[in-house]
Amino acid sequence: MKVVNKGIDKLDAMSLVTGKPVYTDDIAPENCLIVKVLRSPHAYAKILSIIIDKALKVPGIECILTYQDVPQKRFTMAGQSYPEPSPYDRLILDEYVRYVGDPVVIVAGVNVKAVNKALKLIKVNYEVLKPILNMEEAIDNSIVIHSEDDYHLNFDIGNDVKRNLCASGSFKSGNVDEELKSCHVVVDEQYHTKANNQAMMETFSTYTYLDYNGRVNIITSTQIPFHVRRIVAKALDIPKTKVRVIKPRIGGGFGAKQTVVSEIFPAIVTMKTGKPAKMIFNRFETFCASTSRHEMKIRIKLGADKEGNIKAISIYTLSNTGAYGEHGPTTVGLSGHKTMTLYNKASSFKFDYDVVYTNTMSAGAFRGYGATQGAFALESAINELAVKLNMDPIELRQKNLLEEGDIMTTYYGETLTSCNLDNCINKGKELVGWNEKYPYRRISDSKVRSVGVAITMQGSGISGIDMASVQIRLNDDGYYTLLIGATDMGTGCDTILAQMAAECLECNMDQIVVNGVDTDQSPYDSGSYASSTTYITGMSVVKACNKLIEQMIVEASKILIVQKETLEFDGQKIYNSEKSITLDKLAQKLVVGDGNYLMANASHSSLSSPPPFMAGFVEIELDTQTGKIDIIDFFGIVDCGTTINPKLAKIQVEGGIVQGIGMALYEEVSYSTTGKMMNNSFMQYKIPSRLDIGNIHVNFESSYEPTGPFGAKSIGEVVINTPCPAIAHAVYNAVGVNIRSLPITSEKILLSIINSR
Amino acid sequence: MQIKCTINNRIFVEDIQVDMLLIDFLRHLGFLSVKRGCDTANCGLCTVWIDNKTVLSCSILAVSVNEKHVTTLEGIQDEAIEFGKFIASEGAEQCGYCSPGFIMNVLAMKRELVNPTEDSIKHYLSGNLCRCTGYMGQLRAIKKFLNATRGGCLSESS
Amino acid sequence: MFTLKDYIVPESIEEASQLLNQNRNNVILGGLLWLKMGNKNYNKGIDLSKLGLNTIIENESSIEIGCMVTLRQIEISKVLNTYFNSLLVKSVKNIVGVQFRNCATVGGSVYSRFGFSDLLTALLALDTHVHLFHGGVIPLEEFINMTYKKDILIKIIINKDTRKASYQSHRKSATDLPVLAVAISRYNSHWKISIGARPNKAMIALKSSELLSHRPDQIESACNQAVSEMKFGTNIRGSAEYRRELAKVLIRRGVEEICR
Repeated sequence: MKVVNKGIDKLDAMSLVTGKPVYTDDIAPENCLIVKVLRSPHAYAKILSIIIDKALKVPGIECILTYQDVPQKRFTMAGQSYPEPSPYDRLILDEYVRYVGDPVVIVAGVNVKAVNKALKLIKVNYEVLKPILNMEEAIDNSIVIHSEDDYHLNFDIGNDVKRNLCASGSFKSGNVDEELKSCHVVVDEQYHTKANNQAMMETFSTYTYLDYNGRVNIITSTQIPFHVRRIVAKALDIPKTKVRVIKPRIGGGFGAKQTVVSEIFPAIVTMKTGKPAKMIFNRFETFCASTSRHEMKIRIKLGADKEGNIKAISIYTLSNTGAYGEHGPTTVGLSGHKTMTLYNKASSFKFDYDVVYTNTMSAGAFRGYGATQGAFALESAINELAVKLNMDPIELRQKNLLEEGDIMTTYYGETLTSCNLDNCINKGKELVGWNEKYPYRRISDSKVRSVGVAITMQGSGISGIDMASVQIRLNDDGYYTLLIGATDMGTGCDTILAQMAAECLECNMDQIVVNGVDTDQSPYDSGSYASSTTYITGMSVVKACNKLIEQMIVEASKILIVQKETLEFDGQKIYNSEKSITLDKLAQKLVVGDGNYLMANASHSSLSSPPPFMAGFVEIELDTQTGKIDIIDFFGIVDCGTTINPKLAKIQVEGGIVQGIGMALYEEVSYSTTGKMMNNSFMQYKIPSRLDIGNIHVNFESSYEPTGPFGAKSIGEVVINTPCPAIAHAVYNAVGVNIRSLPITSEKILLSIINSR
Repeated sequence: MQIKCTINNRIFVEDIQVDMLLIDFLRHLGFLSVKRGCDTANCGLCTVWIDNKTVLSCSILAVSVNEKHVTTLEGIQDEAIEFGKFIASEGAEQCGYCSPGFIMNVLAMKRELVNPTEDSIKHYLSGNLCRCTGYMGQLRAIKKFLNATRGGCLSESS
Repeated sequence: MFTLKDYIVPESIEEASQLLNQNRNNVILGGLLWLKMGNKNYNKGIDLSKLGLNTIIENESSIEIGCMVTLRQIEISKVLNTYFNSLLVKSVKNIVGVQFRNCATVGGSVYSRFGFSDLLTALLALDTHVHLFHGGVIPLEEFINMTYKKDILIKIIINKDTRKASYQSHRKSATDLPVLAVAISRYNSHWKISIGARPNKAMIALKSSELLSHRPDQIESACNQAVSEMKFGTNIRGSAEYRRELAKVLIRRGVEEICR
């Protein structure tokens, strides 16, 4: 391969590193109305009255909207393919507010000062209601969070909204309870993962305007332009034809922008006023009025025989979806299906779950999407099982590992078509120096060095649902335009998709033009989430390019007057043993006179979602007197199939591991006793700095995925899953305490050490 | 209030509100490389130089740069390109949103520290957050850049 | 978002003081880092940058740090890297980042008397006075516990003794505010143990310091004494219980470092 599997620079790199104005707020016109939202100070309340008279008189205020001024059609903000599994439990503005931060009034004015002043002058009278803040108290509580009559579900998700149950379900294979009885050792523990914030550097940003056709144009930092089009049209109760969505460069997403967070507010202001409007979330709002990772409590029962053959795995997950159900019914599934599948050899499996409403900020999508939470639980339990068996945790895993060709009972019955996890483990074991370092070495009176391990899997797109279409055009002079609907959010998908096109078309990268997404121009794509872009959109690129080559050969055969079956294309020319036409010439001829401008379209979806795999190994130094953890080294060994761009894939792994380290050690969205988020800034919610991460080392042990483009699977999400369980394991190996509740703070470690004395 | 200042070697005389922050002033004038990532002076995205000192433009009143020299990434494009190529060749710009502030601080570091160790590089840049890259690619780029552009940094960490 | 109606750069400290007292809502501008996070409406903002208060001066018997000196100036100051085992340098170097420390001022940090202040914890372990325009020169310990009167903190004066010192802090992440901060010093045989971020503002553990001064071998007792004589609380960064455990460890480490 000439272009694929090469570390090519991102197409947009130089404009990003030179600070060009390419993000939403950079390109918004100066005359946009500034849109801000007055937010609820209460976790649960009914609005009795809103007095806006004084605010309306502030010079420069153009529009103030309360729940009485907006369409009352419920929708979900979750960016999912229609019909969405998430309940329709939202209004743009509602008579009830269900968490601290829920929008109450939309204010738009000509400048920030006027809007801020107006916000201060609005008086809202609330009937304050008692909230549910603890997810374990949600089911069958006398307080009901969603009692609206028009609450709507698209299909059965095991919902019972009167019980605050957003979704529930179960899966079973074999008889876990019977099997556990006959097991030699059983681990039965509960693990608690917390809400985290995605914390992408660019906050939610949108601007809107009406074009000459009276359509609302939405320029927004999103992972899901096509879902935004549908959801905004629904929320505003206008036809989809009246909405156009454009995605410029995005300053990161990590799932946060797989939900419609900022788009609706300026859109409705533009609809009401006819004027351009913009809403740039500040960091406080980005923390406390968006969506977080789902907090989960996961009970694992795990049984094995004397020899360490895992017989039974049972998982019960209680997931907190917060005030609204965005992604609630879907994230929870991954906590079971994308964890226990690793131990596919077991004879019985059970997975039950409940997803509950509480009066905290809605949870949503965040890299890993439930698999991360599940990985902490199950991988921790596996490590605890190894202790009980007195067995090396690596040996235990390798003994029970799934293998290529397996039918994966707990993974929708799919057959595993590519897997190199065993070698990932071997490689990591060697690199970290497991044999010398496991379980720990004492460095001094107060310092211990130890190692820990975890393995994980994710998926590649949502099977049978995610869909990507691509168009490739042959332009005059023989260069190509690649039109995609997938959204590069900094990951470099524009570049890797162009690499695939260049590989298919046997040309250089500079012969391919890729554009950002515009729903008026770009072909449909469900969006960049669920680790789908490389695998799903990539395959669509391959299909489209092959079609285009066929078309070029047909046209060349007409010009050369030869049988098309005799012709071949080598990237430069189309030829047979006698005749030849260069690509340039062909392209020029096709756009003159009775030419035929060539455009090839293809769509792709996949009936399987082949899992990428990763083994994570960590070495930490633990201060046994303060509980402080220093990460020394983290080794991530990944099987993502063929790496389309090894350089960008490596950065994905490094970035994912560091996010995982933050989640493991200190990231935690915390609420006060009245439901107010206590850490809604980078001062109080710390994400790792470059001083906090030790050294990250990345290796690839690639398999070849036959259903993926050039053998590729996915990489975006699998990389965040191993740090939590691996670090928890290292802590156990250092000081003998199991921290089963994230984050693994120094405080928890030290107090556990003291308590275990 | 009227102020006169130099931004990227060009003189500006502007009448501004006294509570306008430097970041908003700069963006208003079209220096859009300056990004806002937080409201608590904790992310480093808005980094610019005042009289060649690296500062957070979110925490400075625009009126206080009266008679001073402000530098943004727009003013040092040649250096941005030179270092940016090292970043790009590691794939370490990713979403790019933190790049301008980060690059401003790297270039300030290059002026201030002589042959920095890996540890002193990390220390100098610890106020520049990045959520995409995990920082390793940035460090690789900095080391290659420093090695290529002058005696470079000590490779062993202290 | 804070608002400000007027901005003035006075030419003399007298003028600054006069401006400050003209209106309840007039305010001295430090590094703006904390002020801008508030929602207050101020009248006049007074910028002291033209008063030559941005220098660190080494005298015969003292080191004077002007109120407009930045935390970064402290960090790279030759004299402060020489004295007290670089105590002040160590106390500021974890604060967010270089750009932040280039903005944050000593005056702002000390005048605000924040509980989490690393610098205040460290200064307290030295023989430190503050020079207030109206209040005159008073010991830092006294200033810390004074009510917030409108005055201008002109400079910090540190007695240049041959004190040995140690700075110890625990942070959840490298650039976070401390969960607990401990500064310890020994001058001749006299010990001073300052504990900050309890999470309340720094204080000297008087009895513990005295105990150690009389019985320098009784480190364990001094640690326990400090924990029992001081109040520790719980906030988002840690519990009182954990802070008490940390205090014992960090005091012991500080004392041992000085004795080494």
